Amino acid sequence: MMALKTAELTEQLELLGCIQCGKCTGGCPVARKTTLNIRSLIYHMLVEPEMDVDAHPELWDCTCCFTCVERCLKDVKPAELIIALRSQLVESGRIPDTVGAALMAIFRQGNPTGIAREDRANWGADLGIKVAQGGADRAGRFETLYFVGCIPAYDQRVQPVARALAQTLAAAGVDFCTLGTEESCCGNEVRRMGELGLFEMLVEKNSELIRSVGASRVVTTSPHCFNTFKNEYGLDGIEVLHYTQFITELIEEGKLKLSEPPPSKRGGREGGLTVTYHDPCFLGKQNHVFDEPRAILQAIPGVKLVEMDRSRERSLCCEGGGGRMWNEGTNLEERLAFQRVQEAADTGAEILAVACPFCLLTLEDAVKVQGLEERLKVMDIMELVSLALHNG
Amino acid sequence: MNRGKPAALVIGGGIAGIQAALDIADAGYPVYLVEREPSIGGRMAQLDKTFPTLDCSSCILTPKMVDVGNHPNIKLMTYSDVVSIDGVSESANQRMFHVQVRKKPRYVDVDKCTGCGSCAEACRMKGRVTSHFNEGISKRSAVYVPFPQAVPLKYTVDPEACLLLTRGRCGKTLLCKDACPAGAIDFEQREELVDLEVGAVIVATGFDLLDPHLKPEFGYGVYPEVMTGLEFERLSSASGPTMGKITVDGKEPKDVVLIKCVGSREKDRRAFSLGRSSGAERQTSSRDPHTGVPYCSRICCMYTAKHAHLVRDQIPDARITVFYIDVRASGKGYEEFYDRVREEGVVYRRGEPAEVYRRGEKGDRNGRLVVAAEDTLLGKPVEVEADLVVLATAVVPRADAGQVAELVGIECSPDGFFQEAHVKMHPVETATDGIFLAGCCQGPKDIPDAVAQAKAAAASALVALRRLEG
Repeated sequence: MMALKTAELTEQLELLGCIQCGKCTGGCPVARKTTLNIRSLIYHMLVEPEMDVDAHPELWDCTCCFTCVERCLKDVKPAELIIALRSQLVESGRIPDTVGAALMAIFRQGNPTGIAREDRANWGADLGIKVAQGGADRAGRFETLYFVGCIPAYDQRVQPVARALAQTLAAAGVDFCTLGTEESCCGNEVRRMGELGLFEMLVEKNSELIRSVGASRVVTTSPHCFNTFKNEYGLDGIEVLHYTQFITELIEEGKLKLSEPPPSKRGGREGGLTVTYHDPCFLGKQNHVFDEPRAILQAIPGVKLVEMDRSRERSLCCEGGGGRMWNEGTNLEERLAFQRVQEAADTGAEILAVACPFCLLTLEDAVKVQGLEERLKVMDIMELVSLALHNG
Repeated sequence: MNRGKPAALVIGGGIAGIQAALDIADAGYPVYLVEREPSIGGRMAQLDKTFPTLDCSSCILTPKMVDVGNHPNIKLMTYSDVVSIDGVSESANQRMFHVQVRKKPRYVDVDKCTGCGSCAEACRMKGRVTSHFNEGISKRSAVYVPFPQAVPLKYTVDPEACLLLTRGRCGKTLLCKDACPAGAIDFEQREELVDLEVGAVIVATGFDLLDPHLKPEFGYGVYPEVMTGLEFERLSSASGPTMGKITVDGKEPKDVVLIKCVGSREKDRRAFSLGRSSGAERQTSSRDPHTGVPYCSRICCMYTAKHAHLVRDQIPDARITVFYIDVRASGKGYEEFYDRVREEGVVYRRGEPAEVYRRGEKGDRNGRLVVAAEDTLLGKPVEVEADLVVLATAVVPRADAGQVAELVGIECSPDGFFQEAHVKMHPVETATDGIFLAGCCQGPKDIPDAVAQAKAAAASALVALRRLEG
């Protein structure tokens, strides 16, 4: 039993503005499958002096898609209550083992997988990527810093996305660097898992490192890194871009020449390529980047973009955010990703394009579990761009 | 008109402007009523029935419109707008205004036009021009009257749709001109500027409704089954495009969901220009899903109850669900009407819906719409299927309220509506002597309140006019 006094947190999170309309829970993708009810949790905070946080294991179900925050009529930030309650549990060490392991790995190795820091740059070791080690002597040499992110750096399925991005930037003549093995987890999921102390540490360390490079822009693979850099780091004066934004710019400037990806390379059918696009929550709903990913897909010759019914602001969360990559939640039978890949397959598309490492992994797993491998292939937009790349 | 007496100017010919003009005219003072549309009538002319009595809106409005058209003391200037107003103080309590009004060319000689409609029948664009009066549900010709009870019942050529006016030619001969038995079509018409001298101004320019595209979660513009309350009014109106038949894609809806508070009651949101912001700000806000207005729009609870009743009346076996956050039924006979509607079998569920989407079976793109919400009294998420979803979109200031305020010389309050001199003690006066407010341009209100305020504004204007007589 962990009795949390509600008054202080209620004031701190400005929960008193809540009119209990239920728009948060009504649109919560996990409320449909677990007992998580954020509206009810807020009500409890408003009317009860104490809350037994241990009695709510469903707090770990939240994916931090922030649909509730985006739609709240009264500008209350419901998901922030979940993060705050998780942080109470983190402080007292009452967290799922897998969450604890991921946080510990981030603390020790700078990434949630637990693989050694020294291996962080292996994904592109053969690509001749320039590395800014920070330090005064390197400052100002590069205009663009590519922040790779943990999953693209370490996960074998996602490494090709980072490689495709690095190769594409090079082909476009962009003078860029990475932080090499000095790069650490951005902390986006760390904060959302409630480990606020570790998050602050990462912000401090990464900010210093990023600033020391002196680049005018940071480009990320992941919408999650993009989100926290853009909204939570305070990197004033440094433009933070998700790669879909940067690639769109490069295409518009004529720096990338794209041609129809040959069917042999993409393992697909002859003729046009039908693609549907899944909006990642941290890119779409939370940061309103809806058009650029679509613009890239439409710039690839031969691609026919078809939309799922639930797209853009109504996109369905894949359930990979907010620490859910390391924590199954209280109902793993009905994964939202299962539903999502079915929706994608129903469009008739042969490719389900994503722009997020977590979405790539969750949706690809779901395609396998749902037996849709013959019909649907999950690819990151960057992989498609790479196939279409025509630059010398 | 009674030329011996100082005149009033009323800007806007909706129910508030109509009532104010009639009262001043009945008191013996001349009134110029300026309306930018081809007909007076305003929003009320678009409505089907009115809550809570279910009077037919046009049946109670039309006689007043006709009175305006016939009144010896009212000079009606439709299809016109005010270009400038300059106040000239004669003495402390005496203020006159020089007003310039622009009469847009109708390309129809109103003295000759009999309103027979032969021109519209003949028009090459017949059935191809969106009817704004019908909220886009029907098509009309490029020469038109907005609705059959229009005052004046004179045709107008739509300069944005007419082939001759947009492209410079329209076939070998002008079909409208050939068809007109009165020889009223006149493409030589040019706009005219008219100078007026008035002693009081009543601003009654009305309201807009929040663009439902700003609430993308509800799928407006994506699904034909999702419409606004005003579109529903046109659909259920006996004089509307379906002759009052409530249909969606030609089918009678059996499951109807009405959603209240769409864009209303939202804290710290910047849905629209609030009349004053720059184009750049507007562009930013159009990308920002945080879109809504902070106030309660006041009319939605009751018109939603009315819509529920109208569906029940026409489709006895319909399953009707109203999603609400609060039910605000404060007005004469309003709570009683809410009681009646519930007792007619309309289900009120507490919760603001989060999303509308289409439930497709595998590969079925034609599945039914689902309204997703939390029923907060059950404490669990629910999905309600719907053939028709009606959005009660927020009442917002006119898009050009800021420009109008500047032109007239009054202020906007923070919500973007026109600012009264004192919210309690001077509710119809403005900070500028001689200028008064009536109707929804000052804030959302229902018809009884708009009429009452119009009468108050007329009384205040009459005081100003009487003073000018020394």
